[in-house]
Amino acid sequence: MDISFLLNGERVELRGVSPTRTALDWLREERGLTGTKEGCNEGDCGACTVMVSDARGSRAVNACILFLPQLHGKALRTVEGISGPGGEMHPVQEAMVSHHGSQCGFCTPGFVVSMANAHLRGDTDYDDALSGNLCRCTGYAPIVRAAEAAAEAPVPGWMDEGALPEVAGTVSSRDMTAHVPDSADELAELAARHPNATLVAGATDVGLWVTKQLRDLPEVIFLNRCRDLQEIEVTDEAIRIGAGVTMDRVLDLMRVHFPSYAEMLRRYGSGQVRAAATIGGNIANGSPIGDNPPVLIALGARLHLRYRDTRREMAMEHFFLDYGKQDRYPGEFVETIEIPRQPDRLRVYKLSKRFDQDISAVCGAFNIQVEDGTVTGARIAFGGMAGIPKRAEAVEAALVGKPWNDEAVVAAWDGWEADFQPMSDMRASSEYRLLAARNMLTRYLLEDLGAATNVREVRP
Amino acid sequence: MSVTKPLPHDAAPLHVTGKARYIDDIPVPPGCLHLAFGLSEIAAGHIAEIDLSDVRRAPGVVGVWQAEDLPSDCDCSPSLHDEPLLSDGTLHYVGQPVFLVAATSHLAARKAVRKAHITYEAREPVFSVDAALAADTRFEDGPRIWEKGDSVQALEAAPNVIEGSLEMGGQEHFYLEGQAALALAQENGDLLVHSSTQHPTEIQHKVAHALHLPMHAVRVETRRMGGGFGGKESQGNALAIACAVVASATGRPAKMRYDRDDDMVITGKRHDFRIDYSAGFDDEGKLLAVDFLQYARCGWAQDLSIPVADRAMLHADNAYDIPALRVESHRLKTNMQSATAYRGFGGPQGMLGIERVLDHVAHALGRDPLDIRRANYYADYDDTRPGLDPGPPPEPPATLPDESGDTDLTSRGAPGPVGHAPAAPAGVQTTHYGQPVEDFILNALTDKLAESCGYAERRARVAQWNEETPLLKRGLALTPVKFGISFTLTHLNQAGALVHVYQDGSVAMNHGGTEMGQGLFQKVAQVAAARFGIPLDMVRITATDTAKVPNTSATAASSGSDLNGMAVQVACDTIRDRMAEHLATLYQADAAEVLFADGYVHVGEESLSFAEAAKLCYEGRVSLSSTGFYKTPKVEWDRIRGQGRPFYYFAYGAACTEVVLDTLTGEYRILRTDILHDAGSSLNPALDIGQIEGGYVQGAGWLTTEELVWDDKGRLRTHAPSTYKIPACSDRPEIFNVALWDGRNVEETVYRSKAVGEPPFMLGISAFLALSDAIGACGEAYPALDAPATPERVLMAIRKAQDGV
Repeated sequence: MDISFLLNGERVELRGVSPTRTALDWLREERGLTGTKEGCNEGDCGACTVMVSDARGSRAVNACILFLPQLHGKALRTVEGISGPGGEMHPVQEAMVSHHGSQCGFCTPGFVVSMANAHLRGDTDYDDALSGNLCRCTGYAPIVRAAEAAAEAPVPGWMDEGALPEVAGTVSSRDMTAHVPDSADELAELAARHPNATLVAGATDVGLWVTKQLRDLPEVIFLNRCRDLQEIEVTDEAIRIGAGVTMDRVLDLMRVHFPSYAEMLRRYGSGQVRAAATIGGNIANGSPIGDNPPVLIALGARLHLRYRDTRREMAMEHFFLDYGKQDRYPGEFVETIEIPRQPDRLRVYKLSKRFDQDISAVCGAFNIQVEDGTVTGARIAFGGMAGIPKRAEAVEAALVGKPWNDEAVVAAWDGWEADFQPMSDMRASSEYRLLAARNMLTRYLLEDLGAATNVREVRP
Repeated sequence: MSVTKPLPHDAAPLHVTGKARYIDDIPVPPGCLHLAFGLSEIAAGHIAEIDLSDVRRAPGVVGVWQAEDLPSDCDCSPSLHDEPLLSDGTLHYVGQPVFLVAATSHLAARKAVRKAHITYEAREPVFSVDAALAADTRFEDGPRIWEKGDSVQALEAAPNVIEGSLEMGGQEHFYLEGQAALALAQENGDLLVHSSTQHPTEIQHKVAHALHLPMHAVRVETRRMGGGFGGKESQGNALAIACAVVASATGRPAKMRYDRDDDMVITGKRHDFRIDYSAGFDDEGKLLAVDFLQYARCGWAQDLSIPVADRAMLHADNAYDIPALRVESHRLKTNMQSATAYRGFGGPQGMLGIERVLDHVAHALGRDPLDIRRANYYADYDDTRPGLDPGPPPEPPATLPDESGDTDLTSRGAPGPVGHAPAAPAGVQTTHYGQPVEDFILNALTDKLAESCGYAERRARVAQWNEETPLLKRGLALTPVKFGISFTLTHLNQAGALVHVYQDGSVAMNHGGTEMGQGLFQKVAQVAAARFGIPLDMVRITATDTAKVPNTSATAASSGSDLNGMAVQVACDTIRDRMAEHLATLYQADAAEVLFADGYVHVGEESLSFAEAAKLCYEGRVSLSSTGFYKTPKVEWDRIRGQGRPFYYFAYGAACTEVVLDTLTGEYRILRTDILHDAGSSLNPALDIGQIEGGYVQGAGWLTTEELVWDDKGRLRTHAPSTYKIPACSDRPEIFNVALWDGRNVEETVYRSKAVGEPPFMLGISAFLALSDAIGACGEAYPALDAPATPERVLMAIRKAQDGV
């Protein structure tokens, strides 16, 4: 596969790229740019953080699960390019030195890139901007002090990427096993012709198939250049989100429409993961612990699938048939997610060992309608409680028609065990999952009544 | 003067620009081979059949080694010679290296090892404490028991007695740079090994032993590690030996770095412990007797488990003067990764045991835990009291260490001589192992912290909040740390240094300590600059190198700057004295009055730049190079009897943490932490505060979100950062006040500073006990929270407190 992108401001043309070569390995092994580090090789620690820019702006992403073809037509900036061409330090680099933000130094390049990206974008919520960078030495305090100290400094001129490489049309490898289509129409044709191909959007999961499971992917189609899959449309009836919309954009969208969904998404992966991962990928992947499906089920969202020019739609919950099995034909792909407009009664409760960047033990989405003190409708769905994202149908049935108070919670008591028999694993025990899920209904009720329920809103 | 200044880490400009080199960043000659281990998939048993033909045929594979192909057993153990590099056919844990592959790339080697076909004869593994006790699988013959007073009698006589049990999990180091080594074959069969290690001498010894070479044929160099935390004290041995074997056999460079999952599955972690306790106390909460049973799960091989378990016993008193204290320690052998050194080295586990007891006593009496702690503190140091008589000079050791050459004498796992240890004079407060507590400051330090953090007012506010808020409960805890400083294997308390002054006045400095991020090199360079009175940029710090300073101890036990700072000081002073003498002769002045300051050497009326002075000395044929050597005074320890003075001094600190938790899910946050810590007269306050902030967060992580989970087959299920959760940025306390205690070490350490690597780790105990305090607000019963306090454990403890069961 032949691709082109900017590396630290210089145009790079690569011929015959292996489609699953990671940017990290290429930088370190072929370009000798060893500032970018491998810490975990699965997108969790952020030591490999690099900046990627395109017409949408810049973002920090993990190079260890970034395949080279995903860079086609974009600009890549590594820690070496955060310093100026003459070796001048970027303000965040200066501040990291003077505020003692590095100890062992191994995570530092990744932090510097995340900080330079936040600095460029004017982001000052550093807990959020740095949630995808792990440091084992400093306890983070001096790093945040450094970020704050550099915030007001002007962005150095060398951070401007200028004109991106002009690339046009669909790119395919010579042996036709890897493709970067340019539109949904081309994707539809390629997917139909290569029904066994792995569709790669952000590679935040598929990346691990390669780096951890060491799988060879015989056929790959990269989706990230299909701009028409990345559109968001909001009408009076519905919010329509293209499958290729990345989670950082879904987060921004939901801040307006469903703030509780947004707050959950703020904890979904990290900045690096949200900038790469797509909503379609999170659904099509079919994981029982993906965080979007339960929320979308609770919102009554509908899924639009496409095979060539044939389209069909279904309620979100019907897509998940069984563990690892979805209602999707070979060559078919998720095109759009459609959420009906509705008054915001949604609350999403994500439960994990660590608040930020942790996979849910339980993720509960509650959407309960109450009129005149009586429950008139309920859509409740969970991730982490079954082999698929699943509605709590018995609980919902028990609630509807009940007065909206403790009585409703009590009425639903037995419904929980009817709906869910969760497993025990390294994230939580079955007993805890069930207990916490039950208590989430209590939390929803009390929150509705105005009680303080969120430890993250408590100030010292 | 350069000491005491808050200067940045010497390598910070390299760190932030990506130019700092770690093992995997070192450019290698062409033809480098990349190694990976094939691992055992069962926890206990034998290999029935092994077929590696597909491994050998895999793309890029250059060589495959099994145990019988090695030049020796290639033992990796730092202690008992019980860790062959590759399995001899018996298997002891899931993740044990079985065979070794060398390939043309890292990825090719990783892919190849998965093509092995192995069938096993499994036997029943031993995992739990109870199973190990039942099977009597343990290291040493039986439990080690140390005792002060008669705890049995005192417990019987005590008006109040509590009993309890506390489980605390282990901890993955999660150094951001995984284990790595690179070996380069030299002429004459010699080897140069680059290793990410805290203990270059041990790497040198183990490589030499594996290849039947004298130690002078192996040179080990370590510029820096991307984090160590104890995880690179012995766990790098296997990689360095593997690289040396392959480099030696093929003549090609050989590099090995573990993929993160392999790193977590193969290498040892902090020991998890169960501690059972009985405590007797009076109605005021004064402890009369405490009896501890400490059970440490050591994993399959001995590694450093004996000194780790010893240090847990040594910290069973923490800050408390307990008239009768008995500690019985069981070192259990289990079919898991061999647990190893981790910051605090058993100290945190022992300390958490006694802090739990204090918490439990306070709950039983319905008193503020801080009052109970204060009532039991040792008495503060009084500088008007005359010093203790040092006693007679030490007698020769009763038994000499093993001389077979198999043992690395510089390892903490080495058997030590049974030391002579005189008893402390009567009337002096001592620990349960007979060490006088002569430098205690925690009464004054606690007062100061309690005042600065507003403990009393906040205690009242927390109580009021808990009264008014049904779902969210706050908790507060202020806990002390007293941590013993010195290697408990007494002979390790020595260090060497090598200092050169060049004719232009620039100084190159080398010592046996390694840099893992703690800023050791910078601190030691500050000492060198201060001795010569020159700016810091005239001092060059060079990579740790076994060819420059031999027979070094691990950079461990917080001892790095104490030992190496002193050794460098001695070397500098030797050169300085020679220079002073020569210059005094030249200028007809008194050598004793030659002054090295502000970049100049002042001789009588003359002031020479240091460079001019160096030039004159060179022309005067004065040696401008010197070694320096230091050994810690006063330490004498008999670990069998549990008597003596294992520690030169104690480091102190205290932390107050406030948390809030959600009684519906068990989720929680640390709201505020205030720390006052004793670094003596700090060599570099900025670096010391960095150690304290980082140590606290790492310690809090150990006791909160960091949970290691093995399944019933002994497979580690939390083998990557996706499942093992170290604190992230937002987990640090929202308000985080860290201050240094204004004091100097009463012992004569380098510039009267104190060690600061490990002690702050245990300040994290305050976060755990603050959670316990918040849970206590949910019901009447004692919560008896186990660690790590994941949201699940917190919720279950809340139910226990509510239901009284």
